[in-house]
Amino acid sequence: MKPAPFKYFAPASLEEALALKAEYGEEAKALAGGQSLIPAMNFRVAQPAILVDLNRIASLRNIHKNGALTIGAMTTQSTAEKNMLVAQHVPLLHEALPSIAHPQIRNRGTIGGSVAHADPAAELPVVCLALRARMLAQSQSAERWIEAQEFFSGLFSTTLAADELLTAVEFPLVEERTGYAFLEVARRHGDYAMVGLAAVLSLDENGLCRQARLVYLNVGDGPLEATQAAASLLGQKPSAKAFEDAGKIASQEDMQPFGNLHASPQYQQHLSAVLTQRALHLALDRITQKATHL
Amino acid sequence: MSQTHSIQVTINGTPYAHEVEPRLLLADYIRQVVGLSGTHIGCEHGVCGACTILLDGQAVRSCIMLAVQADGHELTTVEGLAQDEKSLHPIQEAFWEAHGLQCGFCTPGILMTLVPYLEENPNPTETEVRDAISGNLCRCTGYQHIVDAALLAAEKLQSKA
Ligand SMILES: Cc1cc2nc3c(=O)[nH]c(=O)nc-3n(C[C@@H](O)[C@H](O)[C@H](O)COP(=O)(O)OP(=O)(O)OC[C@H]3O[C@@H](n4cnc5c(N)ncnc54)[C@H](O)[C@@H]3O)c2cc1C
Ligand code: FES
Ligand code: FES
Repeated sequence: MKPAPFKYFAPASLEEALALKAEYGEEAKALAGGQSLIPAMNFRVAQPAILVDLNRIASLRNIHKNGALTIGAMTTQSTAEKNMLVAQHVPLLHEALPSIAHPQIRNRGTIGGSVAHADPAAELPVVCLALRARMLAQSQSAERWIEAQEFFSGLFSTTLAADELLTAVEFPLVEERTGYAFLEVARRHGDYAMVGLAAVLSLDENGLCRQARLVYLNVGDGPLEATQAAASLLGQKPSAKAFEDAGKIASQEDMQPFGNLHASPQYQQHLSAVLTQRALHLALDRITQKATHL
Repeated sequence: MSQTHSIQVTINGTPYAHEVEPRLLLADYIRQVVGLSGTHIGCEHGVCGACTILLDGQAVRSCIMLAVQADGHELTTVEGLAQDEKSLHPIQEAFWEAHGLQCGFCTPGILMTLVPYLEENPNPTETEVRDAISGNLCRCTGYQHIVDAALLAAEKLQSKA
């Protein structure tokens, strides 16, 4: 099908875009990469009255580092995937990006679009929550930083206000004695995954687990954090047994998946348990590898 | 009809100027307004890859982009690959020789995916080729001959370089 009629604006500056959001609010939808929005418009699931195309706003396409790594909302997923700063300082993001759809889609799809879309099956919201990223929300009159824990508020929803745009995402730099892993199972590379997770594991000087974060995709109405499983690891010496237990707790206690077209709830739980163990082993290996390099 | 916008695009080196409704998809603009029907539309929601074209040299889906968004940009479609009516691009030659197509519906999208891919990755392995075309669906070939054709294309391009 074809999209229903709408009014189209392609502002050349953020100020103009924010003025349009101030005037039209909810009625005006931001158009970023269009890789989720235009398919929805083609199906007429989405029928926005007004589109504010952000593609001409050059100031929203950038990646820079000072204390943290900040990525402009309109940076494409393929640009971020090939960026050396991302690979070096936010390796979890670097590892997750190639799992988003296919190269042709990542050439248009943006970092900000994926985060703002808040699809429970998407990779980036999971990465943002696991890393405790912050989102920069700007309106004509104000700007504020929103913590990832506060940003995602359910199925395809965020705490962005009707007159706000997401303009940047800030990722903390990878810390010492911290390992990470992103793993997912999809029927075909590029498809939305049946289950996936981002794991972050930090050790203290004695090699005991100082912090763990396990965040899953497609098993809840947004990125799902397994807090009980993570708590079970705290203060423990990393071991196959501890990782296996964490996988059990995550899959049995932290989540109640509903299943989807390709996977029953039980299968999603099974995959979650297996992936949790693998991700924790991989994260641990990466800490040890780094240690031997030093 | 809603308000129209004037756009200027270059397709395969030729400049075009048109008035378009904002809801016109780029794929429909290329096929119906410009008349280049080599770009195919399979699914219209970004899944099959048949509509893949180059936007400023990068492979993109033209069914999930608006024609207005192409204003000021350079596009390449499958019609722009061969130098003239009598010759074929090395990738097209390879598809011909290795039987990389049956009905040919998916072929333009696969060719337009492979052109920039082989420029960036002149010497891919079979696994890498399979990954590169994972966003293109083919209902006929079972992919084996497409992969063979892509590897042959890489060889042809290498020996030309
Ligand atoms: C075949 C196919 C497979 C895919 N597979 C995956 C996958 O495996 N994993 C995955 O994560 N995604 C997948 N996607 C979707 C992904 O490609 C999109 O890029 C992403 O979901 C949205 O990013 P976008 O830039 O295209 O945003 P758009 O589609 O332009 O926008 C999405 C939504 O976010 C809003 N929005 C966008 N930018 C902003 C902003 N700066 N401020 C406020 N609101 C904003 C829009 O108004 C819209 O509601 C797939 C898409 C296709 C077509
Ligand atoms: S027609 Fe565009 S991807 Fe299928
Ligand atoms: S050759 Fe028929 S769809 Fe690919």
